[in-house]
Amino acid sequence: MIEAVGLTKRYGDKTAVYNLSFQVRPGAVTGFLGPNGSGKSTTMRMILGLDNPTAGHVTICGHPYDKLPNAPRQVGALLDAKAVHGGRSARNHLLSLAQLSGIPARRVDEVLGVVGLHEVAGRRSKGFSLGMGQRLGIAAALLGDPQVLLFDEPVNGLDPEGILWVRNLMKALAAEGRTVFVSSHLMSEMALTADHLIVIGRGQLMADMSVRDFISHNSADFARVRTPDSEPQQREKLSAAITEAGGHVLPEQDGALRVTGLPLPRISDLAHDHDVRLWELSPHQASLEEAYMRMTQGAVDYRSTVDQKEGLQQQLPPGTQPPMPVPGQGQPGWYAPPPPQQGGQPFAPPQAAPAGPYGAPPAPAAAPAANPYAQPPQAPQSAPQSAPSAEPTKSEDAR
Amino acid sequence: MATGQVVRSEWTKIRSVASTVWTLSTAVVVTIALGMLISALSKNEFDNLGEREQLSFDPTFISFAGTSLGQLAMIVFGVLVVSNEYSTGMIRASLAAVPKRGVFLFSKLAVATALAFVVGMATSFATFFLGQLMLGDLRASIGDDGVLRAVVGGGLYMTLIALFSMGVAAMLRSPMLSLGILMPFFFLISNILGNVSATEKVGRFLPDQAGSRIMRVVTPVDDDTPYGPWGGLGIMALWVIAAVAGGYVLLKRRDAQ
Repeated sequence: MIEAVGLTKRYGDKTAVYNLSFQVRPGAVTGFLGPNGSGKSTTMRMILGLDNPTAGHVTICGHPYDKLPNAPRQVGALLDAKAVHGGRSARNHLLSLAQLSGIPARRVDEVLGVVGLHEVAGRRSKGFSLGMGQRLGIAAALLGDPQVLLFDEPVNGLDPEGILWVRNLMKALAAEGRTVFVSSHLMSEMALTADHLIVIGRGQLMADMSVRDFISHNSADFARVRTPDSEPQQREKLSAAITEAGGHVLPEQDGALRVTGLPLPRISDLAHDHDVRLWELSPHQASLEEAYMRMTQGAVDYRSTVDQKEGLQQQLPPGTQPPMPVPGQGQPGWYAPPPPQQGGQPFAPPQAAPAGPYGAPPAPAAAPAANPYAQPPQAPQSAPQSAPSAEPTKSEDAR
Repeated sequence: MATGQVVRSEWTKIRSVASTVWTLSTAVVVTIALGMLISALSKNEFDNLGEREQLSFDPTFISFAGTSLGQLAMIVFGVLVVSNEYSTGMIRASLAAVPKRGVFLFSKLAVATALAFVVGMATSFATFFLGQLMLGDLRASIGDDGVLRAVVGGGLYMTLIALFSMGVAAMLRSPMLSLGILMPFFFLISNILGNVSATEKVGRFLPDQAGSRIMRVVTPVDDDTPYGPWGGLGIMALWVIAAVAGGYVLLKRRDAQ
């Protein structure tokens, strides 16, 4: 249980965190969302007693961190995966941290196995990829088998398989009754991982609710209706009928209609009654990413401007084909995640019985059967979900 | 939180990075090699010296001539031990694991200082005996009055220099900044202040000049230094205490970045 009351942190005249109060409960994954620079890491550091709050206080299990008895056995944290002496081997890095907390050296090899780094344990961490570094940081957090876990951007730099592994690890840890607090700037990732959400922008609390509530509060369902392209009068007729029945119609660029306020069967009935043929009638949900963007719009610190050099790029030499646009891309609803509360488990469940509570894939070469959380290859419906998260994940690395 | 755990962890940290071996072995090699070279040169030059210089001739102190350069490697060792934590960001993990920052800092300093002490003592004895070997007939014996004190003092001097650097690095955090201040200070500024007559009286209270007094056995003719060998080491120890206390206070007060 983490409890923050009126937490405020100022650096000079810049306020990083202002009057933040929240609770992080055990037994659930709590996502901590906010744009870059919104104060997530500062809050995490204050929880760990690394930064002193300007005002307010934060406690773990009722104690401020530095008064917590045997803190490293109760709290584990991944703050910055790159915070490792590059000349030190992974094992020695973990060993020094284990010895700090009186954790037996045997545990070092255990956690190296859990995160799948046992084969490179003797190598200097200088040569580690971003993903390996991230795994090393997670290993350090798990070292003390703590009841409270904090992860700052744990999926940064991980490949899709690693992201899935982290997601399942978080859930497994929470299922064991631990308190899991995960920060991220990716709504899509949190929607899949977290049970509860704390959203901040410019250091202030914007939302503190369960993911389910967040979804129902912030995403409007809509139906996409398409009438035959060749008969525009049918489209007009249907629009009028829907409006008359109390629905809202929003024409889309490609000629389809976005309808809100009416259930799908009702739209179908209306079309039938007015003798309009339908080419498409599909349920959609505005993505959480959009809802989150709307919420934090006013609170983004680093916004990009239009590049003045845009469009000045040299013409393609004659004869070469410009890259083909992917059909449907960029249109609303493309990549829209299916509603998690209806679809149940968004990802395919593990096929084999799990070998350990949160075993990691031991090595990329290992057979999929050895990895209890590996995504079965035949799960195509889940691919679009992770796709939008894969690319933006890397953007924060460049900071 | 047992201090023993933190000490064990710091030992793991210090032995598992290459910079420890490099800086300490450089300190040993430079101190001994330069000491032997200067000793050999002094022996050849002795007959050309004036009567005054011959009276002030201090074979023990001459064999420690390499200290002035070897201490720079000791400084690098002290700075890196502390500032590595900051430059890598490891400090956050360390302080999250050891919320009592005093325990963390003093365990780290204790381990590094103990290592510097062992290396410093070994270097001091080695450079004395090898230096005397070079001096031939002019050599001093370890049994002579004050010689053992000077040799042990040489080891203590090296240890205190390392500890002083650790204190400064704990205050400044950045390795570049710490080295950028300490290196010119000990290599240039201290020497300049000590050799210009106007500032001589101030210069002799600087840590290295006061501390190096312990390595002298023969007091130079018409020397008016207001402190003795142990008094000099005491002045150096005060500098060290001030640096370490400053580092501790700042670590305690500051955010761990």
